Amino acid sequence: MAVKSVIEAVREAIREEMERDSKVFVIGEDVGIRGGVFLATQGLAEEFGNNRVIDAPLAEASIMGIALGAAFRGMRPIPEVQFSDFVWPSVNQLIGEAARTCYGTNGAVPVPMVIRMPYGGGIRGGLFHSQNVETHFFHTPGLKVVAPCTPYDAKGLLKSAIRDNNPVVFLEHKKTYRLVRGEVPDEEYTLPIGKADVKRQGSNLTVVSYGLTLHYCLEAAEELAAEGVDVEVLDLRTLSPLDTATILESVKKTGRLAVVHEDNITGGVGAEVAALAAGQAFEYLDAPIARICGPDVPTMPFAQTLEDAYMPTSDKIAEGLRRLAAY
Amino acid sequence: MPRKPTTRTRANSSNGANSQAKLPKGLKASDLVDYYTRLVQARSLDERIWMLNRLGKVPIAASSQGHEAAQLGSLLAAEKDGDCFLFPYYRDLALKVAAGLSPVQVMMSFMGKAGDPYSHGRQFPLQGADLPHKIIQISNVVAAGLTQSVGYALACRMAGDETVVLVYFGDGATSQGETHEAMNFASIHKLPVIFICENNRYAISTPQSAQMVVEEVASRAASYGFPGFTVDGMDLIQCYEATREAITHARAQGPVLLEMMVKRFMSHTTDDDDRRYRPEGEVERARERDPVITFARTLIEEGMLTQKMVDEIAAETLRSTDEATDVADVSSPPDASNLHDSVYSP
Repeated sequence: MAVKSVIEAVREAIREEMERDSKVFVIGEDVGIRGGVFLATQGLAEEFGNNRVIDAPLAEASIMGIALGAAFRGMRPIPEVQFSDFVWPSVNQLIGEAARTCYGTNGAVPVPMVIRMPYGGGIRGGLFHSQNVETHFFHTPGLKVVAPCTPYDAKGLLKSAIRDNNPVVFLEHKKTYRLVRGEVPDEEYTLPIGKADVKRQGSNLTVVSYGLTLHYCLEAAEELAAEGVDVEVLDLRTLSPLDTATILESVKKTGRLAVVHEDNITGGVGAEVAALAAGQAFEYLDAPIARICGPDVPTMPFAQTLEDAYMPTSDKIAEGLRRLAAY
Repeated sequence: MPRKPTTRTRANSSNGANSQAKLPKGLKASDLVDYYTRLVQARSLDERIWMLNRLGKVPIAASSQGHEAAQLGSLLAAEKDGDCFLFPYYRDLALKVAAGLSPVQVMMSFMGKAGDPYSHGRQFPLQGADLPHKIIQISNVVAAGLTQSVGYALACRMAGDETVVLVYFGDGATSQGETHEAMNFASIHKLPVIFICENNRYAISTPQSAQMVVEEVASRAASYGFPGFTVDGMDLIQCYEATREAITHARAQGPVLLEMMVKRFMSHTTDDDDRRYRPEGEVERARERDPVITFARTLIEEGMLTQKMVDEIAAETLRSTDEATDVADVSSPPDASNLHDSVYSP
């Protein structure tokens, strides 16, 4: 087993699936000759040709619409949105069309398509290179939303997403691309979409997160362990469909729940997780549910001070968990 | 078809008659009689649907009355070619009917019954997919189908087949950015796509003059480096011939833009009242070139039909419409338990 970065895991997954199935192709801005701005598709144009790694004109709506149309014909396109911030011109094709196609054709037209998006902040990306966009897709029936945070999860889930017969929004936190490294099996494997993962076992409280902040939660859990608080860290991995069983099981075990994400707090994924616990594990809760999330400002700002003020860091999370444990 | 970045306009026939002379290339007399019959059937259903709307049995309808010659002429070319896939838009009622649906299926769709072949009663009538007849139309967001159709053509090429994609839209849709994006991409990759603009000069109430300054949508093809043509969309044979040539060109060289000049005889939909924005007498003048009348006249003049046959076709199609109305009216709506089905594909 080799240690790899998230970006390497992503690249390997795409490469292996393109090799396995000639219907898989990549389309996006700068994905071909350059190999993507983050190099997620580096070397693929050379290996598979420009017909399967297509440098698209700089026009997101058509990238999504063309990918969708190709999916109608049975291909398995992987449109790349260069930064999730740039998805908005294509949102009609994604939320308005792709998510509704199977339902609107009574199942006659499946949409096997994976929309890859580097998302999130903490990289001085400012308002247009830091956005957390997941809530909009999480809210949309017909889409699946996957947000892994380790190389192992990224590879296994991306391979499953490519084989799925539905539009899957695949969110890759750009700060994890090279920062997070981990073991990835040499042999072929996939991971099921819709299954959360307990990244740290604990008995006193449950913290639910995904993406970059999952790593901050693990750091915070270590801090609290030194103070005698045993924190269970649950990585959602898939936001939609939400793994309600695993969340409820953990909450019932610990009796305390915190949800953590970088995305804005109001109406976010955490609100849904909180509603789930309040609705279906109310009798088990020993404390009010805590939400440690991005504040309700449009996006993480550019200046270091403002970015730091926005980001739910391990210190902020540890502080929130302490209060929860002490309640 | 010459590949040149200019627009060639064919003059409308001044006397209001259809293309004359001998049988168009690739057609038998029986094809034209068949298509005349389909045209009359589509019109009969279209008229009945509006009546049923006023009776409260059809919630919404967009009529294709006045657009039928463009829709059926291009369909005839696609059918003769045998390897075309269609992305129609919401006003393509006649196209979708003539592509092979039974009158009963059409009525099921308009009444939102379980027998709706396009979406099982989920969508507006005749929206969704009719894959047996090689048709997809997902939504009402105009121009969204254009980029999808280009992607479909791209996939066909990847899969190694020779399919030509015909995508239909109104003049209003040409204002959308995705129209530009679709044409640009199709041109770059020389994809076999025929962009068919059914230009009735209205986007609901907004006239063409408030949508664009160019006189002809087809002139825009020049900026993408592929040919654009304006044809008389009230003339089924002319639309057939133009589409047939376009199919040949598309398969060999890439995209073509066909602008078919049509007249909208009805309001935008059953919910609209076009008396609020159309000059008095405009529709009446337009109806002088009603393809149901002019096409019959041509076929009679050419000796392919007699007045007696025309009357029989009218009676027979009306009988089919009556029967279809009765069957659909008493048929079951989708069971409420279907609400959650097919949100995801297995």
